[in-house]
Amino acid sequence: MAELFELETHAWPEAYGDEARPRVGFFTDTSVCIGCKACEVACKEWNHVPEDGLDFTGDSYDNTGELSANTWRHVAFIEQPTRVDGVQAEADGGFRWLMASDVCKHCTSAACLDVCPTGALFRTEFGTVVIQEDVCNGCGYCVSACPFGVIDRREGDGRAWKCTLCYDRLKDGQEPACAKACPTDSIQFGELDDLRERAQGRLADLRGAGVEEARLYGDDPSDGVGGFGAFFLLLDEPETYGLPPDPVVTTRDLGDMYRTAAVAAGALLVGVAAAFAGGRK
Amino acid sequence: MNRGRGEAAMVPRAEPASYYGRPVIKAPVWSAEVPWYLFAGGLAGASAVLGTAADAAGNHTLARRAWLLASAGVTASPPLLVSDLGRPERFLNMMRVFKVTSPMSVGSWILAASGGATTVATAHELFGWFGRLGPLAKLASTALGPALATYTGVLVADTAVPAWHEARRELPFVFAGSAMASAGAASLALTPRSHAAPARRLALAGAALELGAAEAMTHGLGRLGEVYRTGRAGRLARASRALTAVGAGLIGARGRRSRAIAVAGGAAVLAGSACQRWAVFEAGRASAADPKYTVGPQRERLATSD
Amino acid sequence: SEDKWFHDSVHSYTNASTILREDFRDTEDLDGLFSGYDPETGTYDPGSWQYEGLEIGAAAGQREQGVGLTGEQAHGAHGGELKGAELRHGEPPDVDDTLEDPRCIFQVVKRHYSRYTPEMVERVCGVPRESFLEVAEALCENSGRERTSAFCYAVGWTQHTVGVQNIRAAAIVQLLLGNIGRPGGGILALRGHSSIQGSTDIPTLYNILPGYLPMPSSQRETTLDRYAERNSPRTGFWANTRGYLVSLLKAWWGDAATAENEFCFGHLPRLSGDHSHYQTVAAMNDGEVEGYFVMGENPAVGSANGRMQRLGLAKLDWLVVRDFTETETAAFWHESPEIESGELRTEDIGTEVFLMPAATHTEKDGTFTNTQRLLQWHHKAVEPPADTRSELWFMHQLTLRVKQKLADSSEPRDRAILDLVWDYPTEGPHGDPSADAVLAEIGGFDAQGKSLSDYLPLADDGSTRCGCWIYAGCYADGVNQTARRRPGQEQSWVAPEWAWAWPMNRRILYNRASADPAGRPWSERKRYVWWDEGEGRWTGPDVPDFTPDKRPDYIPPEGARGPDALRGDAPFIMQADGRAWLFAPTGLTDGPLPTHYEPHESLFDNPLYGRRSNPARQRLDRPENPYNREDGRFPYVFTTYRLTEHHTAGQMSRTLPYLSELQPEFFCEVSPELAAERGLEHGDWATIVTSRAAVEARVLVTERIPPLRVEGRIVHQVGLPYHWGGMGYSTGDAANDLLGVAMDSNVQIGEYKAATCDIRPGRRPRGADVRRLVEEYRDG
Ligand SMILES: Nc1nc2c(c(=O)[nH]1)N[C@H]1C(S)=C(S)[C@@H](COP(=O)(O)OP(=O)(O)OC[C@H]3O[C@@H](n4cnc5c(=O)[nH]c(N)nc54)[C@H](O)[C@@H]3O)O[C@H]1N2
Ligand SMILES: Nc1nc2c(c(=O)[nH]1)N[C@H]1C(S)=C(S)[C@@H](COP(=O)(O)OP(=O)(O)OC[C@H]3O[C@@H](n4cnc5c(=O)[nH]c(N)nc54)[C@H](O)[C@@H]3O)O[C@H]1N2
Ligand code: SF4
Ligand code: SF4
Ligand code: SF4
Ligand code: SF4
Ligand code: SF4
Ligand SMILES: [Mo]
Repeated sequence: MAELFELETHAWPEAYGDEARPRVGFFTDTSVCIGCKACEVACKEWNHVPEDGLDFTGDSYDNTGELSANTWRHVAFIEQPTRVDGVQAEADGGFRWLMASDVCKHCTSAACLDVCPTGALFRTEFGTVVIQEDVCNGCGYCVSACPFGVIDRREGDGRAWKCTLCYDRLKDGQEPACAKACPTDSIQFGELDDLRERAQGRLADLRGAGVEEARLYGDDPSDGVGGFGAFFLLLDEPETYGLPPDPVVTTRDLGDMYRTAAVAAGALLVGVAAAFAGGRK
Repeated sequence: MNRGRGEAAMVPRAEPASYYGRPVIKAPVWSAEVPWYLFAGGLAGASAVLGTAADAAGNHTLARRAWLLASAGVTASPPLLVSDLGRPERFLNMMRVFKVTSPMSVGSWILAASGGATTVATAHELFGWFGRLGPLAKLASTALGPALATYTGVLVADTAVPAWHEARRELPFVFAGSAMASAGAASLALTPRSHAAPARRLALAGAALELGAAEAMTHGLGRLGEVYRTGRAGRLARASRALTAVGAGLIGARGRRSRAIAVAGGAAVLAGSACQRWAVFEAGRASAADPKYTVGPQRERLATSD
Repeated sequence: SEDKWFHDSVHSYTNASTILREDFRDTEDLDGLFSGYDPETGTYDPGSWQYEGLEIGAAAGQREQGVGLTGEQAHGAHGGELKGAELRHGEPPDVDDTLEDPRCIFQVVKRHYSRYTPEMVERVCGVPRESFLEVAEALCENSGRERTSAFCYAVGWTQHTVGVQNIRAAAIVQLLLGNIGRPGGGILALRGHSSIQGSTDIPTLYNILPGYLPMPSSQRETTLDRYAERNSPRTGFWANTRGYLVSLLKAWWGDAATAENEFCFGHLPRLSGDHSHYQTVAAMNDGEVEGYFVMGENPAVGSANGRMQRLGLAKLDWLVVRDFTETETAAFWHESPEIESGELRTEDIGTEVFLMPAATHTEKDGTFTNTQRLLQWHHKAVEPPADTRSELWFMHQLTLRVKQKLADSSEPRDRAILDLVWDYPTEGPHGDPSADAVLAEIGGFDAQGKSLSDYLPLADDGSTRCGCWIYAGCYADGVNQTARRRPGQEQSWVAPEWAWAWPMNRRILYNRASADPAGRPWSERKRYVWWDEGEGRWTGPDVPDFTPDKRPDYIPPEGARGPDALRGDAPFIMQADGRAWLFAPTGLTDGPLPTHYEPHESLFDNPLYGRRSNPARQRLDRPENPYNREDGRFPYVFTTYRLTEHHTAGQMSRTLPYLSELQPEFFCEVSPELAAERGLEHGDWATIVTSRAAVEARVLVTERIPPLRVEGRIVHQVGLPYHWGGMGYSTGDAANDLLGVAMDSNVQIGEYKAATCDIRPGRRPRGADVRRLVEEYRDG
């Protein structure tokens, strides 16, 4: 009942006072991802995420498809060939096979968390976004609120599930399972400030080496979700990887929406009143 | 297989716009209960206001019917909402917190309060129960009614679903109009001609607002408006428009004279209102399913901001 | 030629200057054959490949024709040369230091490769010449005094009828560039299974003994003396072969091994012929094999020509499979394509199958030896559950029980088992023999029973015991050296205290080559092992691979023996001439120099020679192993490979839901062009056919598998991951059913990387019809 009139979702670090820990997250550098999917498997092993079905998709080597209640890390495979006369002509192969491991962004302004009516979703002392599975009632609001299609309701279980950023491991001073398993350090775990700095360095290196298409995605605290807790270095446009180019936390516009609704409610009142007023004769 | 086999000729070349045509966001997991709830909540909210107004105007014949409709609406709503939950037995977890950032939380409290108030108010109206509590409940129900009828516009708009979020400026008006139209139409159908004039006028005003706001919404969505013109949502939107217009036409032209026509017109407006909620619901799903509706508007936004 | 080779290194450290015999003929002279070829047997007499005036002995395991390391072990360490060469002051009798004599190796090699140009590469391989040049230039730029490059290879190079020669080609390139024996250099076999290197060093092979000692031949090595004489060169470190073998015999037979009974040399099995994997399977099909142990292998899926494998299993009396699951090999009698087609019927199969549950690596102690020859100890984390037991437990129990059964026997042939010293302490709830004790035995003991610290003291008088001479010292000071885990930051960059490397904890072999002939580092950047004049010793962060106090300017006196017969500037101390071999005068069965040949099944002639395929390749001409005809009915090339998500024959991955969901079905990869040509639908099914089998796979049309332009013609490829079979959680047809058995003649590795096939849309026929389809293709 103490929480009854909580008007704001748990803010980090304010709500935690002394217990607040530095905000942590991921920098996923897709330029070194080899598509081994160790992250996917490590995540499932550690978190007991169920198997998702034996579906052959034909989408390159991606038989997972997307993040979901049963997939908290998803490795995308993108084939980008350039060929001449149907024969591999260019000396460098002229072909790219992009791989990228996607995950919950642990948004600074997390729509899923904002809209959760039960308080099941909360922000941890590490600044991450986690669902309490014993509270979630499966209302599904978070599913439609997430601008990245990350969180989803699990068939047969009814509750929403997503990456916890291995909250249990963080509490034990361990890095998340996916980062631990990643053999190339494509997934780098750490304090967000450090990661942002590292990412800038990496970007500069790549650009220096002539990889013009390298770009950071989600590292900017002024973007529509206030910056991602888990951000990326990509080699193509975000949508190529199935990511939204300009995600915005839906609750950014919530004040306006409430005001609009108030006006509409007023219109309703006026309309009813007018129905009687108009009938006076 | 997530998609039909043999659909593509090879590992499709990565188009700049999507990852194998997969949606960027998740489709809403809500099912049929939700559009029906949108309808029921709207009917209840507007009916409560109508009831109070009728009371005030001394039109008790209309008031009784309006209160009955209001309590029918608030009675139907919770089961609809609960059964749509993944874990219905945890419905009460909604009441753990009150979160303004969550329209669903706000709405749960509105519905809970409105449900209680409306039930007491109706009992008072019909049987004179609850003594001095009755008028208070009516007051509360009247105050909550417009909120109950319009918050649902915020509920769906406060998502990443393009057809909903991008319609956030119009949706509350669409829902308000639709609620007024349904409350007016339903009361009209139930009320003898002699006492039905305010209901008729409410139905007409509501229909006008609903049609106007829906048009503005579709227009305002720009290219995204396509989801209201095509597919299931398109069919539902057209049906809604036709039913509402025809119903309103009947009511406006002949509703004063013929009870039968008033009933028919009322039924059409009511159906139009239901189709409206379904159209919005289906449009949301369609817009979530195709990545171009997510990526397109964002790209346009980026292009204009650069 | 651009003269990019490392002159000083090549001059001093390779056999470039050695003159060859006059009767040697190159493939350039004989249109694709070297001198010595016998068309009757399809084999070479390597006599004419020798140095002028000197006979260099044959290599380990290669003394009998067609007897060599097999399969996976093919990329194992090589034993080097055993037989004596008469060097004069450390030099072969006939050399030309100017490298100009047309019969000197440098000139022979140069002539041999003069037509192997970037243009030829493009013609033969379909690799654009620019791509080839880019790689070649990068390699040259990163080699020399200041820089080194390494070659890392795996089975893309080995699984060919020219597999061994492919690695030899890398050796020649690395020697020309001076990349051997130096930090950052070398040729590294990326070993497949976790201890494949270990199971070559202490072999699971029929033809070598621990430490690459040859298995004695039934014909020629009837006595210990004969064996020692035939296998001990007078020069180099193999000169002490007798000491290594006697120490091994003492480790095995202990007090029963005495000088009087040749240290039980007679107890050793003898080689009578080729008993490699595929030959054994052929013998099974002939009904000549009674019983078969399969421990940690799944040949019904993992070996070429799966049908031949399974038909062979059906002719055994008994089969023991030790594994974690019921593998396709264990299940052949009720779940296999032959059962499905009706070719085999369960009720007709007489093989008694024993499936024994095995403990996993986390459930037992032991070592893994990796490609760097690093022995790393792993500790048991949990006890094996239920009836699962470790290999050690199984072998221990088996031996004890066989010993018990034979206890009353007076047959001489049973002495080999009865005399075995079998006194391992046991531990744990299951009575596992102590892996630690086994390692200590392998590491060896001196006359006082103290653990050896290296192999140098190994004696041929029976005073020392050692289970594997190259591993001597892995238990030095009575301490398990392989279990060392000192972090890299706490020691030198070579990290000698992380685990233990054979031999003598040496991390880079032949590291004397990291210094110039005078003993100075080639460059400061690449200094590693060098001559310290003040101390009069070789020094550096690693253990020098050289006689520690042999001066760089040492010249052997007349008649010197063993290591003393090699010069101070001859780093390749396991070779009888102390030099690295650009040209291999002996040791290979299919030629002294790598030469281009097409695969056994190919769509192309050889543009370089009249010989299409390797003339010495091993065929298996049997009814179960037909080869594809070349009349156009198999117009495509297919290759097999791995996926990250699965492991080899699949029982360690296809049984696991988390891995199965990532690659749920057997599929084939084809180009859009081939798909269009054959009407294959992306995501649908295709049937791939050879003379051996027809299998079905889901179609993945992808531009990653481009058609190649070879000899001006477009050739289409079909790519097949080889992990699927009928048992497990994710199941499917097996790619290996398609392959025939065609082998390299040195190590009998199969040609899994290239063969011909046809591909057609749709699923394969069911039941007996599938054989009919295959026969139609084969004979129709
Ligand atoms: N995930 C996973 N890892 C494994 C294994 C596994 O099954 N799964 N198996 C382990 C084992 S046992 C082994 S031996 C290793 C093998 O490791 P790899 O050798 O990497 O195995 P492959 O995928 O069979 O073949 C590698 C490549 O050889 C190339 N190739 C084919 N023909 C030629 C050729 O003529 N020349 C050249 N240069 N390349 C060619 C193909 O392009 C193919 O991609 O992997 C080990 N690691
Ligand atoms: N077409 C084609 N064929 C190939 C290849 C190819 O590239 N193409 N590659 C070849 C290569 S390089 C290899 S290595 C082979 C592999 O082929 P195989 O060796 O026949 O196949 P694996 O699946 O590796 O079999 C190893 C088995 O050992 C079991 N196992 C694991 N650990 C233990 C243990 O501790 N004890 C016991 N008793 N069992 C254990 C596993 O469950 C597994 O069933 O395939 C070869 N065949
Ligand atoms: S990515 Fe989606 S699920 Fe993750 S924190 Fe952001 S809004 Fe929530
Ligand atoms: S589904 Fe669960 S986590 Fe998501 S919003 Fe509803 S209660 Fe919160
Ligand atoms: S942080 Fe943990 S829960 Fe999140 S994807 Fe990685 S392993 Fe899974
Ligand atoms: S583990 Fe690392 S390298 Fe492997 S797929 Fe995941 S992100 Fe990529
Ligand atoms: S971690 Fe290294 S050795 Fe282990 S499976 Fe992966 S690639 Fe192989
Ligand atoms: Mo292997």
